[in-house]
Amino acid sequence: MEDGVVLTMRGISMTFPGVKALDNVDFTLRKGEIHALMGENGAGKSTLIKCLTGINDFEAGEIHVDGVEGPVKNHSTSDAQKVGVSTVYQEVNLCPNLSVAENLYIGREPLTPMHTIDRRAMNRKAKELTERLKINVDVTQNLENYSLAIQQMIAIARAVDMECKVLILDEPTSSLDDSEVEKLFGMMRDLKAQGVGIIFVTHFLEQVYAVCDRITVLRNGQLVGEYPIAELPRVKLVAAMMGKDFDDLAEIKPEGFEAHADAPVVIDAKGLSHKGTIKPFDLVLHKGEVIGLTGLLGSGRSELARTIYGADKAQTGTLKVKGEEVKISHPIGAIHLGMGLLPDDRKAEGIIGDLSVRENIILALQARQGMFKQMSRAKQEELADKYIDILQIKTASKETPVSQLSGGNQQKVILARWLATDPDFLILDEPTRGIDVGTKTEIQKLIIQLAGEGKSIMFISSEIEEMLRTCNRMAVLRDGAKVGELDGDLTQERVMAAIAGGADNG
Amino acid sequence: MDKLKKLTKMKLFLPVFCMFLVLCVNMIYDASTGKPFYSFFQVGITNGLLSGRLVNILNRGSEVAILAIGMTLVVSASAGTDISVGSVMALCAAVCCRLLAGAAAPKATELAVPLIVGVLAAIGMGCICGAFNGGLVAYLGIQPMVATLILWTAARAIGLLVCDNLIVYVRNDTFGMIGGFVGFFPTPIIIAAVCILVVSIVLKKSAMGMYVQSVGINKSASRIAGLNSKRMIFICYLLCGVCAAIAGVVAASRITSADSNNIGLNLELDAILAVAIGGNSLGGGKFNLAGSIIGAYTIQAITTTMYNMGVSSAVAPVFKAVVVIIIVAIQAPPVKAFFRKRSAKRASLKSGKEAAAA
Ligand SMILES: Nc1ncnc2c1ncn2[C@@H]1O[C@H](COP(=O)(O)OP(=O)(O)OP(=O)(O)O)[C@@H](O)[C@H]1O
Ligand SMILES: [Mg+2]
Repeated sequence: MEDGVVLTMRGISMTFPGVKALDNVDFTLRKGEIHALMGENGAGKSTLIKCLTGINDFEAGEIHVDGVEGPVKNHSTSDAQKVGVSTVYQEVNLCPNLSVAENLYIGREPLTPMHTIDRRAMNRKAKELTERLKINVDVTQNLENYSLAIQQMIAIARAVDMECKVLILDEPTSSLDDSEVEKLFGMMRDLKAQGVGIIFVTHFLEQVYAVCDRITVLRNGQLVGEYPIAELPRVKLVAAMMGKDFDDLAEIKPEGFEAHADAPVVIDAKGLSHKGTIKPFDLVLHKGEVIGLTGLLGSGRSELARTIYGADKAQTGTLKVKGEEVKISHPIGAIHLGMGLLPDDRKAEGIIGDLSVRENIILALQARQGMFKQMSRAKQEELADKYIDILQIKTASKETPVSQLSGGNQQKVILARWLATDPDFLILDEPTRGIDVGTKTEIQKLIIQLAGEGKSIMFISSEIEEMLRTCNRMAVLRDGAKVGELDGDLTQERVMAAIAGGADNG
Repeated sequence: MDKLKKLTKMKLFLPVFCMFLVLCVNMIYDASTGKPFYSFFQVGITNGLLSGRLVNILNRGSEVAILAIGMTLVVSASAGTDISVGSVMALCAAVCCRLLAGAAAPKATELAVPLIVGVLAAIGMGCICGAFNGGLVAYLGIQPMVATLILWTAARAIGLLVCDNLIVYVRNDTFGMIGGFVGFFPTPIIIAAVCILVVSIVLKKSAMGMYVQSVGINKSASRIAGLNSKRMIFICYLLCGVCAAIAGVVAASRITSADSNNIGLNLELDAILAVAIGGNSLGGGKFNLAGSIIGAYTIQAITTTMYNMGVSSAVAPVFKAVVVIIIVAIQAPPVKAFFRKRSAKRASLKSGKEAAAA
């Protein structure tokens, strides 16, 4: 093996039924480098990683790891750990019903002299680790009590705590906000200085340019090329991923996309609250309006939306939908009122993994029609085909189980589920999570188009730029309370200041 | 070759294959004992009643088949099993017979109330039991095994209470018909067929199948998408109770009495096995009703085959266990993966040779 190289993958090919996921792909990782693995949804990034960590059984190719004789073929994640490869997968795969400490040390628990698990030592070490990484948790609590972002941080903490030569991060930042991302980058730079090679998968291009040294681009399971970061500016990177030129930063808001104060009111919430997650808030939303919810992680953005939708039942206050006072105790009630909620946790609350793409798409619409009014098969297929086409969902067929789709494509399926119900009021909680640049722009355009058709949208995103591009108005949240609204000319500075608690809460 | 591959990939392949194996064993055994090899399939009329081993299996397997319907739904929606069905059968049988016997209990020859009243009362009892189980599992979030353990122990005892600790006989032809014959045809076969048909039609014509599976796969996601996950689980347990009641009435009618100590004894295990043999994951989610039904009759076929071979009823369970281990093992994922890999290797070797030859 060449000097300074920790990992080479040569000629990797991998086929799933109906899809050639990887076709003769090469990948090289050097010591002390952060290497971005880029590509559109379904390009094969996660698959390549899973070939390395032994989850996928690739059919051709060779993998070499520095310090290991001969080609490496891992059969499980623990095999991979033995040769020094540590991984954070795209979908958080920790155990929600175990404590944070147990999750951090599962499989490598500190033992007492009697060879039983030394819980005290485990909790102490877990506490040290989380404190060092500035993750604010009680390590004896069950993981499920924490938000997706915290769970993601725990998964990262677990991976970086293990002795490794290669660290793989598959979209680790998808549910983190800026300050957490900075924390993560700090850790990555430290590891890099220690000579660890890091593979970093993300759809946030700025992040690539912030930390990476080199980029490998995949398209449709094939290698496009490997580039030093300086040789591949943003525009070229986008072109390499998509196979065509594309300006993902172009202005998409049409002229006059602002005032809606005189349009009919769709949602009027007064003093709505849910104990422990969101304090009483007032919110008015007009027809054709896009409102953004912004705030730090854990500020109650998702919780506010969930309370309106009835996913968390409101305990105080009143909610008027189109002027009529309603009580929503179940999501289905909200759906009948023309609402829809795309939840932020795709794996836990979004996809029905073993059901087909078609069934996942029609599910909410079928639920609204009722169990005994089954949609005809032809109608179901028509809907599935329509949204697979509109959202460019990459799937072997509409009967493929949705769990076999790539992360971004699963996200599109859930979006399709709600579009199919043709809602009047749609809540989108991180709708572009894990979605590639091209499609992200498509979804932003779609939001604006829906608003143009007279639908009201509530948009939650950790990416402020994305909200600036689509929202008419923003509500700011802090510590589980709505603290203000911003309208008029929305700029990054105003939003940042409002989030941090500045004066501009008008 | 390609066709064979497609066949083995089909969902129903394994349960059908298991059934086929049992049939083969029968045929070989028959041939070796000098009977014609097709004697298994011979259907005749003895004493004016339909007879033959095949008929016997379909007849005797009715109860398990009916139970398997409910069990399949419960397993799918809640990723757990209802172990109370056997006891609930006994309780429902007791309620039915007690009502039918009326004042003449414990030995009646005349029906004290119309047959339909007795049957409906039994089904009502099944509903209550199912609702009790469903309530515990769906609304109180108790583990299915633990929740149904309550009725597993209690239902049989309540059945005895209902009958004052006696076996209540209802030696009446109308009642006997349920577990006996209409004309020359065994009634239980018809009852099982009707149950299967009704449930299949409901599953086909409504979205219930998708709802149940969706809830079984991901409860919270289903709720967000507008399904009432808890209610769905509740309904499945309710239906399972109804199935148990029907099976209980059939079983009681077969012996024209409510023998709370024996009706449905250990039948919950057969029902769960039927679901497993049918290729359904006991971890919930996707289900395959046809598989469970075939599984139920396969279990009965194994039992009948063993009696036919003269295996004594004391050691029969041992053989049954061995057969079941084999059937379940060939469906286990590692074994399946092993065979898949082998066939893939063979295919790649073959294509490699072809390439070399070309
Ligand atoms: N378990 C599986 N079974 C069948 N097909 C699969 C499976 N996993 C992935 N695929 C297919 O392989 C292709 C590559 O998927 P992969 O998950 O590697 O994409 P990705 O580049 O990680 O995309 P994303 O950015 O959306 O995460 C996709 O077309 C996907 O449908
Ligand atoms: Mg991926």
